[in-house]
Amino acid sequence: MRLGTLHLDRGGQIFLLLLALTTLLVPVLNLAVPADSPLHVSTFTVTLLGKYLTYALLAIAVDLVWGYLGILSLGHGAFFALGGYAMGMYLMRQIGDRGVYGNPELPDFMVFLNWQELPWFWQGFDIFWFAALMVMLVPGVLAFVFGWLAFRSRVTGVYLSIITQALTYALMLAFFRNEMGFGGNNGLTDFKDLLGFDLQSDATRVGLFIASALAVVGGYLACRYIVTSKLGRVTVAIRDAESRTRFIGYRVERFKLWVFTFSAVLAGIAGALYVPQVGIINPGEFSPINSIEIVVWVAIGGRATLYGAVLGALLVNYGKTYLTGVMPDAWLFALGGLFVLVTLLLPQGIAGLLRRKEATA
Amino acid sequence: MPTRLLRSPLSALRLWLLIALTLCAFAQAALAGSAEFEQGIELIKTNKYDQVEEGVTLVASSRDPRAVGLLAALQDSDLYLRKADGRLFIATRSDAGYDLIDPLTQAAAGVAGQRDLKRIRINNRLRSQLRTAVATLNLTHPDAVVRLTAVNEMLDRLDADSLALLRDLAGEEKNAQVREGMTAAIALADLEAEEPARRIEALDQLEGNLHPAVQGGIQRLLSQEQDAEVRAAAEHVLEAIQFKRDLYGFAETLFFGLSLGSVLVLAAIGLAITFGVMGVINMAHGELIMLGAYTAYIVQQLMPGHIGLALFLAIPAAFLVSGAVGILIERGVIRFLYGRPLETLLATFGISLILQQLVRTLISPQNVPVANPDWMSGSWQINSVLSLTMNRMYIIAFCLIVFTALYLVMRKTSLGLQVRAVSQNRAMARAMGVRSARVDALTFGLGSGIAGVAGVALSQLTNVGPNLGQAYIIDSFMVVVFGGVGNLWGTLVAGMSLGVVNKILEPWAGAVLAKILVLIFIILFIQKRPRGLFPQKGRAAEG
Repeated sequence: MRLGTLHLDRGGQIFLLLLALTTLLVPVLNLAVPADSPLHVSTFTVTLLGKYLTYALLAIAVDLVWGYLGILSLGHGAFFALGGYAMGMYLMRQIGDRGVYGNPELPDFMVFLNWQELPWFWQGFDIFWFAALMVMLVPGVLAFVFGWLAFRSRVTGVYLSIITQALTYALMLAFFRNEMGFGGNNGLTDFKDLLGFDLQSDATRVGLFIASALAVVGGYLACRYIVTSKLGRVTVAIRDAESRTRFIGYRVERFKLWVFTFSAVLAGIAGALYVPQVGIINPGEFSPINSIEIVVWVAIGGRATLYGAVLGALLVNYGKTYLTGVMPDAWLFALGGLFVLVTLLLPQGIAGLLRRKEATA
Repeated sequence: MPTRLLRSPLSALRLWLLIALTLCAFAQAALAGSAEFEQGIELIKTNKYDQVEEGVTLVASSRDPRAVGLLAALQDSDLYLRKADGRLFIATRSDAGYDLIDPLTQAAAGVAGQRDLKRIRINNRLRSQLRTAVATLNLTHPDAVVRLTAVNEMLDRLDADSLALLRDLAGEEKNAQVREGMTAAIALADLEAEEPARRIEALDQLEGNLHPAVQGGIQRLLSQEQDAEVRAAAEHVLEAIQFKRDLYGFAETLFFGLSLGSVLVLAAIGLAITFGVMGVINMAHGELIMLGAYTAYIVQQLMPGHIGLALFLAIPAAFLVSGAVGILIERGVIRFLYGRPLETLLATFGISLILQQLVRTLISPQNVPVANPDWMSGSWQINSVLSLTMNRMYIIAFCLIVFTALYLVMRKTSLGLQVRAVSQNRAMARAMGVRSARVDALTFGLGSGIAGVAGVALSQLTNVGPNLGQAYIIDSFMVVVFGGVGNLWGTLVAGMSLGVVNKILEPWAGAVLAKILVLIFIILFIQKRPRGLFPQKGRAAEG
């Protein structure tokens, strides 16, 4: 990695420092500090933080295409969910004969539906490395095919947003069908263990938390590397003046396609880390509203900063957890209000606010 | 005459007697009829087979309007004597025991337990007599609709008695449809005639008849027919019937498709204005539809007992409510975001969340019931294959009316002219003295108002709840984008064709898969023609 990746990125430096501190502190406070101590961090909180971190990775992926490439994807939830399903399938296969029906080969829902054998697309998911490959490959290939079609015929702006939304909507409808072989309405759940580690144990939870934190760091650095490289300059040029970039001689479609695909792979990884921590994946993850919510995290945190996306994801989700607990009715009001206020008053998001302060100081 | 069908000379005799009496009764005075009716009831009360049989004959010949109900009840073994006073009642089983209806007054007469009642027994002879009597009464009913239903029911289970009855009545039947049914029934029986010529003649008469019994009858004939000529004729007729059935089946699919398309067009047409003409991505569009549906609900609540009138009043009310909310959104949020479509998308999505939650908090998180007026239910039965339901017909008509009205507004009024001018070239329009800010607000209000009107229509078709709008927002965008932005005709054609395609795919793909296929089709279509079916031409189209 080049030296310049984190150069001139104060926000990013602070963010990575904080993240590193949290990643070091939380496991210690959870595992080493006794449960009755005020400093103890409960496993519930660890899992919650881990979940937020997967969201943060997802937000980074969206910020890469929206902030630096100008593609407002309203379908990134689909890539996230596909990664999640790939992981979910692995976890389902790991249950083995410990399911309700005790079938060593078929997951419970297939036995329930009277299926006799495992469908072809479930083959191989009992092997971790295969599932891990699929976590990246399935969203990646989908994004590649979709992007190849869309960018080649120069579908841009709002049209692109709407067809990405249609994509995730179509997938949601498809995954709701029992015939698809992904558990239909109920999705995949009742997971037992991952690589032999019990998913309910504190140590595994902490492990997943650390894995999520590492994934966020990795994703952040990778994206940061892309946007500070020459490739990043081109993507920003495409964002600001697509036709001019094309006239200069850059193959705009190719740049868009590869960055979009990379972003989808990141989203898939985030989904794969998300599923074992929440313990369920169902077609609701494909719902268009989820994808829009991701965009809002990025908008609130601040576009084209990457660390802003993380900030937005963490803040909004913390707010969601807090508000739905305290006054469930108010959450949608708050979220809706945030959308309106941020777009009207804070077009640069919170990161923009911080940067302005820095500039005036 | 196919003698096989007549079981005994005795039953034929009884039948003739019955018909003779029934036909005589036409001329009898009402008073005499009612006297006969009561006399018949007295005989039925004896609960002895012979006397009950006489009583049935009397009741049938009385031509009293109460007779059908009484005889049908006896046929279904629903006729009872009350042990306490020996009175006759039609009893139907209910939670409390038996609900009694006095056959004389047709009034409810309280409830009785099983032990208080004694059933009027019937035997096979009585049963067949009753079947004929009920059929005769229905077939000679003054109302043609009742006669037609009776004939159609008889087609399904023809026997010697009913056939003899039909042969007798067919000549005198005035109503063409009923007569057609009767001749079809007779022809169906003639398929079993001895002489091949008569079978062919019968086949000729059955040609084009769509009643399922006819198809079944001819298929049965084919399975055992030896005569080559008859076979050929039967195959020909069967083919013709199948073709006609397919044709009507397709017409029905088309009709369903058009009605679904109308719903899509209604939902999308407001968006065609705000998104298509103004270029504003209004994610709250679905919630404006929802507000319209809730307006219909509230107007109905304010006017209990006037469901139909409330629905009519709800149309302008919904236009005003949604229109006003739309103008508020435009003035409060959207006007600060012109030229930034992606931000507009986010802000309006926020508004849609707020509106949804507002309805949940103020009214109810559950679905609310919106009543349908009587004239919306029912259907128009064209033949036994094709029936058009009224609510779908009204939706198609309503969609066309709304479309025409909107089209006229955009084409013939000065507002429409200004809207088109601003959408094509804002700066030039301003230079010509168009107050573009005012036009923006009014256009947005118009599009939102139309969404509200669509909501009233949807309230008659689907559940009205806080999530109503979300179900339609993606479909609406698909329709507008597919049709070509800024083109009302495009929206109409796109909506209707998507509706029809969806319904054509449904039988072999299932509803959900059909929808997915349509979505994939649109996604691919946009790759091919990014500006829709009917793209806007000229320099204004280059973004």
